[in-house]
Amino acid sequence: MAFTKDQLLARLQELKIEFLSCDHPAVMTVEEQAKYVGHLGGALSKNLFLKDKKHRLYIISALANTKVDLKILSQRLGLGKGGLRMAPEEALPEILHVALGSVTPFALINESARSVSLLLDKGFKSQRYCLFHPLTNEVTIALTPSDFDKFLLSIGREPAYVDLEDCPVVGKDNPPDLAYLVPAEALNLPGGADKVPPTSAPAQTNATLEQKTKQPTQKPKEPSKEQKQKSGKDKPQINADAVADSTNVEKFVEKVLEKVSNVFISELSKQSNAEDGNIKDHMLEGVKQRVSFDLLSMTMTLKNSVYTQGFHAGIESTLYPLANRKIVERK
Amino acid sequence: MASFRSCASFRSCHLPLPLLSKSKMASTTGETLAAAEPIADGRTEEVEEEQVVNPWEVSAKGGKIDYDKLVDKFGCQRLDESLIQRFERITGRRAHVFLRRGLFFAHRDLSDILDAYERGEKFYLYTGRGPSSESLHLGHLVPFMFTKYLQDVFKVPLVIQLTDDEKCMWKGLSVEESERLARENAKDIIACGFDVERTFIFADFSYMSPPIYKNIVRIANCVTGNKIVGIFGLTLEDYGGKFFFPYIQAAPSFPSSFPHIFSGKYSKLRCLIPCAIDQDPYFRMTRDVAPRLSYHKPALIESKFFPALQGESGKMSASDPNSAIYVTDSLKDIKNKVNRYAFSGGQDTIEKQRKYGANLEVDVPVKYLNFFLDDDAELLSIKEKYGSGAMLTGEVKARLIEVLSEIVERHQRARAAVTEETVDAFMAVRPLPRMFG
Repeated sequence: MAFTKDQLLARLQELKIEFLSCDHPAVMTVEEQAKYVGHLGGALSKNLFLKDKKHRLYIISALANTKVDLKILSQRLGLGKGGLRMAPEEALPEILHVALGSVTPFALINESARSVSLLLDKGFKSQRYCLFHPLTNEVTIALTPSDFDKFLLSIGREPAYVDLEDCPVVGKDNPPDLAYLVPAEALNLPGGADKVPPTSAPAQTNATLEQKTKQPTQKPKEPSKEQKQKSGKDKPQINADAVADSTNVEKFVEKVLEKVSNVFISELSKQSNAEDGNIKDHMLEGVKQRVSFDLLSMTMTLKNSVYTQGFHAGIESTLYPLANRKIVERK
Repeated sequence: MASFRSCASFRSCHLPLPLLSKSKMASTTGETLAAAEPIADGRTEEVEEEQVVNPWEVSAKGGKIDYDKLVDKFGCQRLDESLIQRFERITGRRAHVFLRRGLFFAHRDLSDILDAYERGEKFYLYTGRGPSSESLHLGHLVPFMFTKYLQDVFKVPLVIQLTDDEKCMWKGLSVEESERLARENAKDIIACGFDVERTFIFADFSYMSPPIYKNIVRIANCVTGNKIVGIFGLTLEDYGGKFFFPYIQAAPSFPSSFPHIFSGKYSKLRCLIPCAIDQDPYFRMTRDVAPRLSYHKPALIESKFFPALQGESGKMSASDPNSAIYVTDSLKDIKNKVNRYAFSGGQDTIEKQRKYGANLEVDVPVKYLNFFLDDDAELLSIKEKYGSGAMLTGEVKARLIEVLSEIVERHQRARAAVTEETVDAFMAVRPLPRMFG
């Protein structure tokens, strides 16, 4: 479920966090932003959304005039010299649920961003106000550093303030000082280029599920007759946590509904005019509500059936030790 | 005597039942029991009570259970608005309809579980069923629906105990029949949508093994026969197995009963038990024992009783299929049952109804909608219109039929996909590597 700006602001109010809010035309750079909100007397932030070679994600939120050297930070995180790069564009809507130009620490309120690590410029702590985009670059909000910490704690994040300009020498005697900020799990990034042969049941299940997103939802068939289709076009998983993601029924249904709604909305837009936007959204919400329960139930049935098949295959194969020597010996 | 599972559902918000058995010591309806409410320290007392709620009897003079009195008497706590909001904050989504509408309304130590969870300390869920009959009704499913919600939002493992041994002892079923019923019930339970990656279903007859048996004996060494008599009202005329069974039901509250799932850092995992409030006296016993075995006391989240179709004065009976909606009912059956048997709080004539509106206090369709209609706004509108007379009984019943049909249909579809192999998979003694994933 992607948070909207209004939901975020409502949450801030729930937490009794006071903030100033300023609407302005969409801004893509800090300089542009400064034109509209410089008068607030707060510290503008520049926010970088980065990834490392193992597809782990980071948001670096720094004061506008702090020098951020990605090469040095990469070493301090223990990622080697050229470890940090800009995250792929598709990750913005997919993981942070924000548009280009709207990267903000507030995006971490989304479940999908739970493995994104956040590095904060320690310079924020001494500012009167910090300025961030509240999930859209058409608005800027200003809040005190302590309130910002309060927000982070409320979403289960321990604020990590770092001297971003520090450049310690990282070597044998000096372990990378920011290594603790590297996320534990990588995310299945869109456009992942790694080619790994599909392994076994988990990858197969994922392939089957990915196939399902491209088809309209159908009743699950009898598991023994279900063909597990090899998908050449889909991205195979290597990471165990990505497997957990792909066997997550709720995430799957969410993705299906999102894909269907996006297509539905665009088809509808072709027919009627853009002013019906609200009505369409409403209708879509209604459709989603009604169809969710059934979809979730059907998908769970599918998952359990597929697991059952795998389970029994496993049992059966251990009954044939001669033919499955490797499996038996591995024990 | 009627066991605490006599309503065919262990730990469920069962419909208020008359005592079913012809036991010598148990009273028939109307009288209060000789061995009545156990007091907190385990003594029993002969008390003249206006309402009786314990694992084997639920009844009240005048029909209506006073839940406030009950919570006070048992010493558990009410689940208030702030806890529900806490649920929503921690889990990141709207609380389950049963929480919002107060069906699950009391607890013990739920805040401790939530505190620990926020600190990153996990827990596991434990619930179960006494498989006394093949057919389940919606009242039986309710605790499982709620448990599934808990499993989904907290992403924690669940163990489900099927007490086929208990049904053998209390209902006089053969061992084979009890085992068969357990497996049949397992299919309906699985159809509620539990995640096989983090759910372990077991039947006592097939799971009895060193780890759980050792715990059973450890528990047995902590609880005297007197205490058991106090909680369950047994006498020396009852078969000895009935004295022993409570220990068997307590054992799954302790993680070491499942070493294949909870080992290493999970060997002292906390336990949360969703159940109906009549099970409270029983789990008081378990909570007493826990510290002596160096375990966390199991926490409870407790529900009210599910109303019978005929309302407060109705007697739910296993032989009366019209007192509840069964999961095997066809759409026609549901329509028929609701229209003909659901007790209405509406006026006798349309004119009177338009003038005075309906009595929402006793209207069963509204009560059912309260639990099964997720849309808060729509429910409010129905209550307003029906209460003021703008809406007629027939209309409310029609909406209820829609809602119930959807639920039953969904369940039947899921149930059809559950095979013997699926049951085997859920019941296999296997590790659950991604149980917190």
